[in-house]
Amino acid sequence: MTTNSSPRTIVDKIWEAHAIVVEDDESLLWVDRHYVHEGSHHAFAQLAHTGAQAARPDLTFGFADHYIPTREASGRDGVRMVDLLKKNTAAHGICNFGAGDERQGIAHVVAPELGLTLPGLVIVCGDSHTSTNGALGSFAFGIGASEVAHVLQTQTIWQSRPLRMLIRIDGVLQDGVTAKDLAVHLVGRLGADFAVGYAIEYAGDAVRSLSIEGRMTLCNMSIEMGSRLGIVGPDDRLFAWLEGRPGVPSGDEFSKAVESWRSLASDPGADFDQVVCLDAREVEPCVTWGVSPEHVVPLSGCAPDPAKMKDELRAAAAREALAYMGLEPGDRMTDLEIDCVFIGSCTNGRIEDLRAAATVLRGRRAKVSGIVSPGSMQVRRQAEAEGLDRVFLEAGLEWVGAGCSLCVGMNGDLLREGERCASTTNRNFRGRQGKGSRTHLVSPAVAAASALTGRLTDPRDPSEGR
Amino acid sequence: MKQFRSISAPACPLGLPNVDTDQLIPARFMQTPRDQGYGRFLLHDLRRDSSGALDAAFALNDPRYADSGVLIAGSNFGCGSSREAAVYVLADSGIRCVIAPRFGDIFASNAAKNGLLAAVVTDADLAALMSDKDVREGSNVDVDLESQTIRTTLLTVAFDIRPDRKQRLLNGWSDVDMTLSHRDAIEAFQAKDRIARPWAQTPVLRG
Ligand code: SF4
Repeated sequence: MTTNSSPRTIVDKIWEAHAIVVEDDESLLWVDRHYVHEGSHHAFAQLAHTGAQAARPDLTFGFADHYIPTREASGRDGVRMVDLLKKNTAAHGICNFGAGDERQGIAHVVAPELGLTLPGLVIVCGDSHTSTNGALGSFAFGIGASEVAHVLQTQTIWQSRPLRMLIRIDGVLQDGVTAKDLAVHLVGRLGADFAVGYAIEYAGDAVRSLSIEGRMTLCNMSIEMGSRLGIVGPDDRLFAWLEGRPGVPSGDEFSKAVESWRSLASDPGADFDQVVCLDAREVEPCVTWGVSPEHVVPLSGCAPDPAKMKDELRAAAAREALAYMGLEPGDRMTDLEIDCVFIGSCTNGRIEDLRAAATVLRGRRAKVSGIVSPGSMQVRRQAEAEGLDRVFLEAGLEWVGAGCSLCVGMNGDLLREGERCASTTNRNFRGRQGKGSRTHLVSPAVAAASALTGRLTDPRDPSEGR
Repeated sequence: MKQFRSISAPACPLGLPNVDTDQLIPARFMQTPRDQGYGRFLLHDLRRDSSGALDAAFALNDPRYADSGVLIAGSNFGCGSSREAAVYVLADSGIRCVIAPRFGDIFASNAAKNGLLAAVVTDADLAALMSDKDVREGSNVDVDLESQTIRTTLLTVAFDIRPDRKQRLLNGWSDVDMTLSHRDAIEAFQAKDRIARPWAQTPVLRG
């Protein structure tokens, strides 16, 4: 049992500050922010069934992201779901950032940029990438529909305390290696189920020197290792990033809040159930070859050979993954011809991601088609103010609305069967981008460089794409 | 919530690792209201060949397993998204228990809220179950939650489950009722917190 005087991790501190009822196996936690989206319709239906009302609509926010059409070709099928969210949120007096709202966008992009997400908060959303918000020092995790219904009705959630994992990344990332490469590298190295049951705290110089956007990319993919949440201790870089955002307190209130946020950081000597250390210099631009986010090789590498795998079940899975992806063992990743690129999503749809892609694309033409979808309308406006939309359009890519778009294809943006996509998203599951689609997870710079050559391409290679 | 105590039914040996929630139910079906039934979407694309016909070699399509109440899966079953529909497709197909060496965490918690037992076994026990005679023949396998055991004619295997999830399944109580019995504590927390953390309790979007 941890007492208040012994060193505690940030996870312990937030947990203990939110535990209303503590029982043997689980605690009832207060929820500070609840984000809902079109997919939350199952939960609203549960409330409608019993006539229950939302307990704290003022702490609940709606986001039209999964189904919202992002371009003409998306079709209008998603509109019904966007309307349903509008109706459901209105019925409970919940503020909704719907179609046409200048704050519309992907929940995990919009909530941080509006300052709804703050350090030390417990945040839930019926979406597994809620972990993104942990970059701001919040305890943020995805939940299922029954839990969404429960939070709507009580503003609380039953949870059993996660184990604590520290992933410390020391050193500096090589030039041209991004937070996305780091995230994908970690999943590849540790495995898709490595952190099930753990809350991950990311620390070390390499994490500290990431921008807040980069930290969000890193925390975003925690769930790809099985962890419901990733978190980075708040620091001055974060406080500066937060100041002035619409939902962040101002003036004296801000100073008071910062003082309290500062004390959240894990105490020196705090205990973790597992510690993983990594040298940032080992990380290279990474790409997935298969159908699990753990199917990772360096971009300079090759598809693996299942015959060399010890575990028979894994080898069988790898054989099926290679067949699905249309690959042979030993195929060089940079020889792989792609049909299109997708730049966007809650992993890489922030301004810094679009800048990275635009830097590679500026003044050049893409050889394949592609969609660039900003994570929010605010990111879209910012990108247009910087002229990035021109860069994408002149390269021959589509510049579309804000939403999940081709990350999951719920809005009708889909690949055709067998199409191969270099995608800045977080999941390369079979059929994720459409039935029979083939997804290679990459960073925005790699997606952009690949668009120029029509092959998976390292943007650092000066001979490519000129 | 739906109770689970025990089941005696054929167990389908699926075996694949990392069966993610996009496989369990492809996103395109998730607009469907629950009362229309989700069973028909279970592993929709994985159990079909490219022409859309059911793949006869896929375990779930085998007539021996048509009435399976148990699924034996590989590690990290239900990884991926938080979609509770990944549990609905199983529950609506009559599957009451999935056995695997590890589960996606959100999937496992969704399962417990829908009367579906996610039973954790060791890799060695998984392999033994996959090749067990009763399993192969589609004979009944017994799963008992109270004692945390899986029994076939030849095997008895212990499984793991988190105590909170076990209790939920055994008693089938509604979480909301349980929570609202703590109403006073929740009220008191809010009152205190309004003073301690005004920024948390009263979010204002300026500008
Ligand atoms: S962008 Fe993709 S991963 Fe992110 S919330 Fe939307 S669908 Fe999920």
